[in-house]
Amino acid sequence: MKRTLLFSFLLGTSLATAALAASHMKDGVALADEQVFTYRVLDDIKSFDPQINTDVDGSGVLRDLFEGLFNDDAIGDQVPGAAKGYTLSEDKKTYTFTLRDAKWSNGTPVKASDFVYAWRRLVDPATASEYAWYMELMGVTNASAVTKGELPPEELGVTALDDKTLQVTIDQPLPYFISMLTHSSTFPVPQAVVEELGDQWTRPGNLVGNGAYVLTEYQPGERVVRERNPEYWNNDETIIDKTVALIINDENQALTRYLADELDKTDVPAGQYPRLKAEYPEEAYSFPRSCSYIYFFNMGENGPEYLKDVRVRKALSYAIDRDIIVERILQGGQYPSYNFTHQATAGFKLPPIEWAEWTQAERNEKAKALLAEAGYGKDNPLKVTINYNTDEGHKKIAIAASQFWKQTLGVETELANYEWKVHTDKMQKGDYEIGRYAWCGDYNEASTYLDLMTSYSGHNNAKYSDPEYDRLMAESKTMADPQPNYTAAEAMLAEAMPFAPIYQYTGVIMLKPEAKGWPVENLMQNWYSRDLYITAE
Amino acid sequence: MFNFILKRLAVAVPTLLILIILSYVLMHAAPGGPFTQERAVPPEIMANLEAKYGLNQPLWKQILTYVTDVTTRFDFGPSFVYKDRSVNEIIAQGFPITLTYGTISFVVAVLAGCTLGVLAAVYHNSWLDYLAVGISVGAQVLPNFVMAPILVLVFTLWLGWLPGGGWQGGEWQFLVMPVIALSTSFMASIARITRSSMLEVLNANHIRTARAKGLPTRRVILRHALKPALLPVISYLGPAFVTMITGSVVIDMFFSTGGIGLFFVNAALNRDYSVMMGITILVGGLTIIFNLVVDILYAWIDPKIRY
Repeated sequence: MKRTLLFSFLLGTSLATAALAASHMKDGVALADEQVFTYRVLDDIKSFDPQINTDVDGSGVLRDLFEGLFNDDAIGDQVPGAAKGYTLSEDKKTYTFTLRDAKWSNGTPVKASDFVYAWRRLVDPATASEYAWYMELMGVTNASAVTKGELPPEELGVTALDDKTLQVTIDQPLPYFISMLTHSSTFPVPQAVVEELGDQWTRPGNLVGNGAYVLTEYQPGERVVRERNPEYWNNDETIIDKTVALIINDENQALTRYLADELDKTDVPAGQYPRLKAEYPEEAYSFPRSCSYIYFFNMGENGPEYLKDVRVRKALSYAIDRDIIVERILQGGQYPSYNFTHQATAGFKLPPIEWAEWTQAERNEKAKALLAEAGYGKDNPLKVTINYNTDEGHKKIAIAASQFWKQTLGVETELANYEWKVHTDKMQKGDYEIGRYAWCGDYNEASTYLDLMTSYSGHNNAKYSDPEYDRLMAESKTMADPQPNYTAAEAMLAEAMPFAPIYQYTGVIMLKPEAKGWPVENLMQNWYSRDLYITAE
Repeated sequence: MFNFILKRLAVAVPTLLILIILSYVLMHAAPGGPFTQERAVPPEIMANLEAKYGLNQPLWKQILTYVTDVTTRFDFGPSFVYKDRSVNEIIAQGFPITLTYGTISFVVAVLAGCTLGVLAAVYHNSWLDYLAVGISVGAQVLPNFVMAPILVLVFTLWLGWLPGGGWQGGEWQFLVMPVIALSTSFMASIARITRSSMLEVLNANHIRTARAKGLPTRRVILRHALKPALLPVISYLGPAFVTMITGSVVIDMFFSTGGIGLFFVNAALNRDYSVMMGITILVGGLTIIFNLVVDILYAWIDPKIRY
């Protein structure tokens, strides 16, 4: 390594051309001749259409092929992308974005009207996008009405004032609006191309984007290849020439291929992080990732009687030893969790949660007392059911929870394993007692978690309902600093315990030491190929 | 014979129709749908989705539309999950891959299996027999989902001879491990069936006669014993061939070959109704065809069988 570095340095200086040296160096490190980044994705990409895509791996590809108004930087802050900047009106409800001079990969200019077209397309009932709700979440004027088919898409609160000026109106001020603009469903699409080619427009060769890369090869079930887009406005700063996503369903197989140098990045299979960290200390990474794992308690009409008693909910939650789950089962640096919002969320301040401070022995004592108070004991043992979907990890956690409950509380637990879609269907219909759930943040702000527990949220599977909580969350939308309300909301959840928090996620990956620039500090894990580079070995 | 084929094909039509209706109904009876997600889709968006894919129609009408589209236009509809693609495209892209590695595996399994089985029978109770039985039992008890990772570990990670997965248009390096993983258990079954059937035939009267009139062993085996001994093997080969060419989820999963096996299983898990139906019809149709082929082969090999 050192010798190569020295060698390149000598070569660079001896040729005495600063430009050449710059193109082979990054932050003073020599770059490899071949700039190709290969990584593993779990499943086939479901769509290359920004308004149709729904999954995380698909978004990763889309962030390379298209560029939204803003991008995430290495630590997850927003930096201008297709927009140069913006102004915000007095009432904080009108954003005016100025677009930079940029071109689509076919050489035509990116216009404000392309954004208007894409955003209308997202909510247009004819598109039937599964992510149409994202525009409602952003609060863009009339988004709901257009989705419901009550207003034509032209009524959506987005207009092109001229080719380079885009105006967006929202219903109420939203402090985190800009951070929502890095989501792939808000990316522009080239109106002329989409209209000309219809559903064929996303094929390699047809697909026209404004991102740093173009789609050059797609073998379904095997690989997705994207290569540098010479028309991209910041092409000079881009280092990676080609990014290859290999679709490898089995994570252990992917790990073997990573170790055989076929991949630059792969995921660490559950439980293998300690071993890999010991063997490859420079390649195994664990970093916070914005998802929270919980056990919902069904408090709704279809739920069991016993869960309507807050003492039972608390007892069940207290008795779970989260340290054991995190350290013995997951082993990937995950965080034991006593609240809902991921602790690394930007600006979030956790309220003092009393039971989080106790030792597990204290929690167990309290749990026993609460359950006895609720009328359950040796003569009248509590019987519960945990629903989870087929997965080794979920199974282990459910078994652990049932053991904690049995040993500490004498609770009899039935484990009900369902296939994924059945589990989800049951959770949403309220046909369960205690159910596994995970929520991943859409943007880096606490409301992405806390909105979930409002009585009007479609995702509140616990059917928890408290007007005060709803008020706190509604009020937070218009506050200059909503953090106190978030803290208060978390405190309410700790008191009502509509779910048992279990753990908060980490991203656990293997990354080759030559591959640099992965945004380990970005909680949302929004990464861009153009930020990566491969150093010379 | 001609009448027999015609009759069988005539029966195939209602069989396929029943298969379609039954699969369609069962599929819709399963809880959850293609758009069921951990993050519940709001009702108004669900309504848009159902309208777009015709899921808001009564079930009988959906089936009628589906059957009409399939029979009149050969259109299997759009995928509900891989939204950029139609079912026709998914099959057209994945089936040739599956067909390639499936056919090669089939040929390898038949050649190796029959050879092992015949050798074991001819040299009954010799070391060759034990070796052949040993190999086939070993191959049988080692399922391909165990063998696939071991193959990659040995040939990719340790030896570095072969790529750990992919397809690349079916270049030979990418075919070796899928073919080994897919063919071994079939080879083992073929070897066992061939061996026992060959042993039986070798004790038959006509073989004793052939030996008695002084024919060389080689000729006795190839000319007189092999053909009747293969009858039970052939009845096994029909369905085995269909299984091999309609995809192995294990092969696609471990070797990223891009065949339809993985799409089929994912379609079931994702409730991707149209892909599931399309591949079900493909597998059903092929099963019917190859069962017919086996019956015809029977008549050709064994003159006693007449239809």
